[in-house]
Amino acid sequence: MRIFLFGWLLLLTTPVWASAKIEHWQTAQGSRVYFIHTEDLPLVDIQVVFDAGSARDGEQYGVAALTAGLLDTGADKLNADAIAQSFDSVGAEFSTGSATDTATVALRSLTEPALLQKALTTMQAVITKPTFNPADFEREKKRTLAGLTQQQESPGDIANIAFSQALYGAHPYAHPDSGTLETVNKLTRDDVKRFYQRYYVASNAMVVIVGHLTQQQAADTAEQLLKGLAPGQKPEAIPDVMMPKSASTKHIPFPSTQTHVLIGLPGSYRKDPDYFNLYVGNHILGGGDLVSRLFSEVREKRGLAYSAASAFIPMLKPGPFLVSLQTRNDQAQQALDVARKTLADFIAQGPTEDEVNAAKKNIIGGFAMRFDTNKKLASYLSMIGFYQMPLDYLDTFKQQIEQVNAASIRDAFARRVKQDLLQTVTVGNAQ
Amino acid sequence: MKKVVLIAALAVFGVSQAEADTKVFERVLGNGLKVLVKEDHRSPIVISQVWYKVGSSYEPNGITGISHMLEHMMFKGTDKHPPGEFSKIIADNGGDQNAFTGQDYTAYFQTMAADKLAVSFELEADRMRHLHLLADELKKELEVVTEERRMRTDDNPQAKMAEHFNAMVYASSPYKHPIIGWPSDIAAYTVDDLQAWYQRWYAPNNATLVVVGDVQPEQVFNLAQQYFGELKPSDIKPLKPQAEIEQLGPRTMTVKVPAKLPSVVLGYKTPSLKTAEQDWEAYALEVLAGVLDGGNSARLSKDLIRGKQLAVSAGAGYSLTSRLSSLFELEATPAQGKTVQELESALKAEVAKLQQTLISPEELQRVKAQVLAGAVYERDSGFYQAMQLGMLETIGLGWQEADKYVDKINQINAEQVQAVARKYLQEDRLKRGLLTAITFRC
Repeated sequence: MRIFLFGWLLLLTTPVWASAKIEHWQTAQGSRVYFIHTEDLPLVDIQVVFDAGSARDGEQYGVAALTAGLLDTGADKLNADAIAQSFDSVGAEFSTGSATDTATVALRSLTEPALLQKALTTMQAVITKPTFNPADFEREKKRTLAGLTQQQESPGDIANIAFSQALYGAHPYAHPDSGTLETVNKLTRDDVKRFYQRYYVASNAMVVIVGHLTQQQAADTAEQLLKGLAPGQKPEAIPDVMMPKSASTKHIPFPSTQTHVLIGLPGSYRKDPDYFNLYVGNHILGGGDLVSRLFSEVREKRGLAYSAASAFIPMLKPGPFLVSLQTRNDQAQQALDVARKTLADFIAQGPTEDEVNAAKKNIIGGFAMRFDTNKKLASYLSMIGFYQMPLDYLDTFKQQIEQVNAASIRDAFARRVKQDLLQTVTVGNAQ
Repeated sequence: MKKVVLIAALAVFGVSQAEADTKVFERVLGNGLKVLVKEDHRSPIVISQVWYKVGSSYEPNGITGISHMLEHMMFKGTDKHPPGEFSKIIADNGGDQNAFTGQDYTAYFQTMAADKLAVSFELEADRMRHLHLLADELKKELEVVTEERRMRTDDNPQAKMAEHFNAMVYASSPYKHPIIGWPSDIAAYTVDDLQAWYQRWYAPNNATLVVVGDVQPEQVFNLAQQYFGELKPSDIKPLKPQAEIEQLGPRTMTVKVPAKLPSVVLGYKTPSLKTAEQDWEAYALEVLAGVLDGGNSARLSKDLIRGKQLAVSAGAGYSLTSRLSSLFELEATPAQGKTVQELESALKAEVAKLQQTLISPEELQRVKAQVLAGAVYERDSGFYQAMQLGMLETIGLGWQEADKYVDKINQINAEQVQAVARKYLQEDRLKRGLLTAITFRC
């Protein structure tokens, strides 16, 4: 990654930081490709990303996750064993998976042509010719159901599921990414095939490549991986998120020693003009590393919890803003009161200038650590590509942080984190 | 034949790559502090880690978990810096930081812009010898650690099973107790206990400073001398051996907790690289773990999850880098309609197969290909590289072992894998734990 070093040297003579040069183009079929050339290490990280996350489940909660999970269980003439053997035998790391907005097929491989080519050939088959054999479908469905059953023994998982439901109601962000026991039980192989045919198409695909390839090699790789994918159509827009109409509190009894507490509402999205104000503000409130108001009030001053934090999770549409902590059952109310008051004070008064300066120093001073590995760089590039953020996102990042001040943070929080709309979920053995 | 050619390409390529640019520079300061530096100029950052030779396996009964408790208290102020200031200074300088405790080590780390390394050194040197342990801070932090225990172990059936399993597995080895400590021990720590533990183990001659990043070794050594050089060494008394007694027959236990799915774990007592009479035995066990669980094409996924469909999940693990002898473990959760007994039989059949039949050339090559590629992939992370050096040094193997890993794995043959399967995966060395799902009560 000589680009980084070069960028750093450049800094000595000019104030412009050249973070990493992003090349962007489209395949012959019109899929977007994003590429960063790196040197030093003979490896490449590739992600093929589809707008095919759980937000596309419709009524069939879990179909997106099951589809992604089945891709590498049979493709073209290869069965699951042959697919796995083909990646493992060249030392490649391969995975498929899905989240709320996206489904991702990912590969990490050495760049030695003979090794990489073998992995790419199999990856292309997995993406474009999955077979969804009935036996594989039945087995993976049962494994999904077992995973969903196991979730029921985790108070943290139960709290997260109830929290999403409270925040999003009828919106596609409301249900768990892997579905529910009831909905997954009803899924058929045809459902999965239909989902694949609808969403795993060229017009809904994007390729991210970070590694030691030339731009020509990257272009060939992208063409190869998507070759044979039906052109298809872009899916319909995801509906807007409606804010909850009023505050709510829900308690779910559970035989655990701790009560898990979540407080929040639909927060910020990727292209949010308030994003940097909310981001820096949250850093002060509960996002900072061992230094934040929540960490100080809940843990340092009172010893009420091991973890006490807050976060905005920006997605295509407003993802959750959440305050979270876990505490001994008999002091759950006290911890909840402390967390609520910390949040209320922050919304009402905003941060101090000192806090803002400290947060900026931390974020800007640690800027290079955001993408100091190819892995991290690939996930930034995937975010920039999928949400179609400006290609100079990383170059302008520090500048965006600099522009934030105490008044702008207070203003953004007042508008975006309405106290009378906060949703609270607690899971535990309350007294 | 094509496969063989590919693997040859990988071997030549992988090894030469792994050997390029991985030079580690070592300097031992006058007070005994060992400093290791590895250059990585891909990004203008630096990772700095201080490793102490102390962890839960150093602890006597009654104060189990005290290494972890002390790790928490290391953020609570020194003679020079009041509680909380450490974290604030690191944050103001754009750093990330934290700490972790294991059975054989306690380590502290900062990741910073490369030109901020002195900030990290100043603070770490200060708290190496001048920690200020305050009763009020301890009182609050005891609660924090208790909450940590509740979150990680008490409310997690799998973690609870692992804790109980370890307590059964070992009779005389200190690996018997959990890293976080038993609850009644945590509740009873005093400032005096912590002070004594700190005095006994926190000294430059019981620590390793590992720096990886955009730095020049000579500059790092000078900076280390400047900040750590004046610290006084301690008289570090050697640890008692606390060897595990010989096991005279299989052991079994059942853990009944409110889990939704049952599971089974089999553990066979095995030497680590540190305790093995011959190095190759440890590396052969590492290959064995790869044969069973190295990727989606490995035997447990292929045969138990897919083939026979007995398990929804299955795994195998071997702890190559532990200070004392540990376990080779197999664990699995049965598929719906299958029992833990059926699954246990299937796991034992896998063990028997390893003892009776040589692994195939393809399997062995696959494991080696993964190890070779892995050696390149791990260089993407400076943090991981620093971890590897710090861990090897701290358990007493020496950081040089990191450079030998790929070669040593490459030298293992199928007969050696069979030999360790026969020698160590024996019924009399077995411990078996069952997690029974019981109905929730609310």
